[in-house]
Amino acid sequence: MRKLRPWLYLLPAIAFLGVFMVYPLIDVMIYSVEEGYNSASQTYFGVGLYNFRYVLRDPYFIQALKNTFILVIITVPLSTGIGLLIAVALNSIQKLKDLFQTIFFLPYVTNTLAVGLVFMILFKKTAYSDGLINVLIQAFGGNGVDFIDGPYWAKMFVLCFYTVWVVLPFKILILTSALASVNPDYYKAAKIDGTSRWRTFYKITLPMISPMIFYLIITGFIGAFKAYSDAVALFGTDLNAAGMNTIVGYVYDMLYGNGGGYPSYASAAALILFAIVMTITCINLLLSRQNDA
Amino acid sequence: MKVILEHLTKRYPNHTKGGADVIAVNDFNFEIPDGKLIGLLGPSGCGKSTTLNLISGLETPTEGKIWFGEDDVTHLPPEHRGVGLVFQSYALYPHMTVRQNIMFPLQNLKGKDKLSKEEMNAKVEEAAKLVQIDALMERKPGQMSGGQQQRVAIARALVKRPRILLLDEPLSNLDARLRLQTREEIRRIQMETGITTVFVTHDQEEAMSISDEIVVMEKGILQQIGAPQNVYDEPYNLFVAKFLGTPAINVFEGEVKNGRLWIGDENVLDVSGVEDQPVSVGIRPEGFELSENGPFHTNLVQVEVMGRDTSVVSTHPCCVSGSIRSIIAAENTVIPVDGKVGFALKPSKVHIFSKKDTLRIPYPEQQRKGL
Repeated sequence: MRKLRPWLYLLPAIAFLGVFMVYPLIDVMIYSVEEGYNSASQTYFGVGLYNFRYVLRDPYFIQALKNTFILVIITVPLSTGIGLLIAVALNSIQKLKDLFQTIFFLPYVTNTLAVGLVFMILFKKTAYSDGLINVLIQAFGGNGVDFIDGPYWAKMFVLCFYTVWVVLPFKILILTSALASVNPDYYKAAKIDGTSRWRTFYKITLPMISPMIFYLIITGFIGAFKAYSDAVALFGTDLNAAGMNTIVGYVYDMLYGNGGGYPSYASAAALILFAIVMTITCINLLLSRQNDA
Repeated sequence: MKVILEHLTKRYPNHTKGGADVIAVNDFNFEIPDGKLIGLLGPSGCGKSTTLNLISGLETPTEGKIWFGEDDVTHLPPEHRGVGLVFQSYALYPHMTVRQNIMFPLQNLKGKDKLSKEEMNAKVEEAAKLVQIDALMERKPGQMSGGQQQRVAIARALVKRPRILLLDEPLSNLDARLRLQTREEIRRIQMETGITTVFVTHDQEEAMSISDEIVVMEKGILQQIGAPQNVYDEPYNLFVAKFLGTPAINVFEGEVKNGRLWIGDENVLDVSGVEDQPVSVGIRPEGFELSENGPFHTNLVQVEVMGRDTSVVSTHPCCVSGSIRSIIAAENTVIPVDGKVGFALKPSKVHIFSKKDTLRIPYPEQQRKGL
């Protein structure tokens, strides 16, 4: 009885996690190897890796993979870099600091779809208007582009812009508090020694806040790999047609989209994403360990 | 390098409505002689750290001037003053090794002052040897004890051969034993290098034990400067008397009448030459001598045996500093009569202070030292 007691205390948590986390995870793995699974009859032909082969050959998946990778590679460094820049600027101003901090944090508490709507107004060409950005471009003598329904690079630009804008507030928040927590004595010591501002930043500030930067990069990678709602907010639900699908979007489409009802393909795609995210995170962690040593 | 502070004042504006400016340092005038170790001493908030920051150049004075020798450095930025500063927190960069920490100031040098790798290494080694941490060069601050970190901080401050070394509460993060060791260490390093050194502390024992001169401050105002023993023996006013010495000086309400000092209804001392007036009387713990027929009696509370000497705790209705503590030689035995102990007083350890301005009033009897 005494030995059982701790387990008894843990039971609610274990049961909850088991039902909603562990079971679905195992289920996904099982689905992914069941070939020709029919969700109506709940039957399948055999067990094997065909689903993975299919997904990896599916041009829609390849497109989604490419989009996701471009999104990750562009937005994670960019948003972290801009976030750091703004955080440093915020930290160095004295007057109205709180006001600016609030302004920069606002996008974080704003709904993704509402922000998407604003971006539509900025970028979308309609029968009545070319969109604010196009109007601006034309005013400076350039040729307008349809950012929402036009060439691939334009759409990717909007998606990246949007993603950076949405994730920026959180990064600014984390980095401002990280900067504020650096002991001012370090800066005084650097000043006494006549350290230049750039060297102070590079040699003192950056190493001091590097744990937070690594945290932001890791969570940024994970978040960007799982991007979906951002693309939907900008380009609507038919992402394959727009050529702007992401891996999570592909999984969703395989389950519920127009050609839905393929849980096996969806599971295979989800596991591929899982493997990618896992690999990247491990690399990140290894790099940050090395940095510490 | 001699340091001269001339009418030095630092005022901080008060942002609360109608509040007066905060004067952290008020019209300072003093000279730090070349090659000496000076202790800036005062309770927290007295402006001693501000004074240090003014000398270092981290803050600029509202009024007044600072001279390093013949140079007016009042408006010079810290890096051009040639000062080394050791912080209370040490401020060692945690991601750098000891070697990198000590080398950091040298790597900032530009133009004609720029050093080659070999020169830098030589200077770093030299500084490390001086503070005796040359065996720990590849460690990081996190892997060292507080005392070792303190040494690294001193080495980093010294590596550029500063004209002035400033230490801000250098010992307060160390435990009691290390504090004793480190303060001797600071003294040794200062003697070896001969660098004019100013250090800030709130611990009077620390300041007195290693300084050539101490500067006592309160509320931004300089109270007294002098050699530790002189300041202790001849405190300028009641504050200085109370601030120096452990256990603290015992303070009584008293009165001078016809050249005699009265505490309560006892006539305790000859103070001929002093005008009749009510006074504050300060008696050092070592100023009491057990004497059954002594002129001064207190109510015994307890006797604390310390081994080397004995501390007698007692009370007196005129005492304004809580209980009275007197230190007597250990071979004496305290025999109270009706709960009272009798004492004779040593005039050199009894100070009287004016009620008006708390200044010490010297009296002839006191000058005859050794009584």
